[in-house]
Amino acid sequence: MTVTALPTDRLRHLLRRITGDEKHAPSAHSTLDVLWVLYDRILRISPETADEPDRDRFLLSKGHGPAAYYAVLAAKGFIPESWLDHLGTWDSPLGHHPDRMLIPGVEVGTGSLGHGLGLGVGVALGLRAQGFADTRTVVLLGDAELDEGANHEAIAYAAAIRLPITAVVIDNQSATHGWPGGIAARFPGWIAAVVDGRDQDGLEQTLARRHDRPNVVVATVEPKRG
Amino acid sequence: MMRETFVATTTALLDEDPRTAVVLADISADAFGPAMRRHPDRVLNVGIREQLMTGVAGGLALTGLRPYVHSYAPFVVDRAYEQIKLDFGHQDTGAVLVSIGASYDGAAEGYTHQSPGDVALLDTLDGWTVHVPGHRDEVSAMLRNAAHHDDRVYVRLALQENSRAYPDAGLLRVMKRGGPLVVAVGPMLDPVLEATRDLDVTVAYTHTPRPLDVDGLRLLTEGEVVLVEPYLSGTSARQVSAALSGVPHRALHLGVGRAEVRRYGTWRDHARAHGLDAAGLRASISGFLG
Repeated sequence: MTVTALPTDRLRHLLRRITGDEKHAPSAHSTLDVLWVLYDRILRISPETADEPDRDRFLLSKGHGPAAYYAVLAAKGFIPESWLDHLGTWDSPLGHHPDRMLIPGVEVGTGSLGHGLGLGVGVALGLRAQGFADTRTVVLLGDAELDEGANHEAIAYAAAIRLPITAVVIDNQSATHGWPGGIAARFPGWIAAVVDGRDQDGLEQTLARRHDRPNVVVATVEPKRG
Repeated sequence: MMRETFVATTTALLDEDPRTAVVLADISADAFGPAMRRHPDRVLNVGIREQLMTGVAGGLALTGLRPYVHSYAPFVVDRAYEQIKLDFGHQDTGAVLVSIGASYDGAAEGYTHQSPGDVALLDTLDGWTVHVPGHRDEVSAMLRNAAHHDDRVYVRLALQENSRAYPDAGLLRVMKRGGPLVVAVGPMLDPVLEATRDLDVTVAYTHTPRPLDVDGLRLLTEGEVVLVEPYLSGTSARQVSAALSGVPHRALHLGVGRAEVRRYGTWRDHARAHGLDAAGLRASISGFLG
């Protein structure tokens, strides 16, 4: 597979078009490296195959702060770069939370925390029931999003039925009460790995592994400021 | 009983249509046991997790399956309301929600197991068809028709039944012609007919209050209209008002009261307490018509 290193200048340019923010480096976006590795090296999805029934599924559960998501979608050709200029305006398909009905390549509309993992379990089960055994389902959550109880219903059920699904938790220590003992411990019965959320090769190695039951990748990044 | 008809029909659909899926949260899991053994990939019991039940159904729908979701009305609608709003409507997908318990079938269980507000809650959302069967023989066609599309459908099963089935009552079906219009929804038909036996009224019946048959309502209303619904009273007031806008009319809405009845007993006791037995209905309707 051809892999591309994070094209920092390119993504910086795209992010600047979204945020109008000249000062912050791409590292200000906690999900950026994980999203890039997923779309560039892991998931079998492209603008041409965005409607194929056996395409890999990526669900951005947290929905918040989708600038990095939009930048990666633009870099990969799912959406025109010109869409990035007017985020959240009346004429823009890009809101502060993504809407699957407005954005090509977006699998779920999210923003209310705690919906993506349950939907992802359903997607994985639906794909399995239709014989798409090679199709992956990957759900991205935030560590603060784990506060929502709905996640824990999905975590327990996926473990009980040994459902092959991948959860990525971006840990920037934004949960108000934290997760003493670690986030991985909240996924009993899942195969867990904790990796540097800025190390693209490490992320690729971990995310490329297929398992016969659910697995969680905790991607740690710098603590959220402010 | 309606619940057995639901299990039998949905089990048959699982055999006939590979798109059909069933998602449960323990309720009725035993009844679906044979279906679960035959179709382990499409009959899913997530345990006592109603948010997940609804989210899983939303995910199944995203992959093209047709999920039937089932529990007690307070758990399938009230508890997971935001999942219904976002995991179906906002994703532009649908499901068939099938509830038991209705407003107060769980009379001895208490208010925790009752849902008089389910239809009102779904009325806050777009695109839900609501079926309120009045007889077990109306249930099967509702479930089978829902298998042919991907829209959002709610089927509200109850213990209370009319003596006869009218499967063709998707629109208002006139049962008796006379003066002012009385509309009976689902299991309210028999008590309405008994209450109005010697009153000069028109009685129309429907088992599908959403979308409400506005053309039929306009056609049949001549000044006065009484809605009798087996859920929260006034639930259809907005629809009736919109249907009759520009037409001078008086309206009376009868249904389950808001005040919690802190008593047990049976659904018959609660129907009486809410004035939805024949005697209560007769008093209300006679008082309104004068």
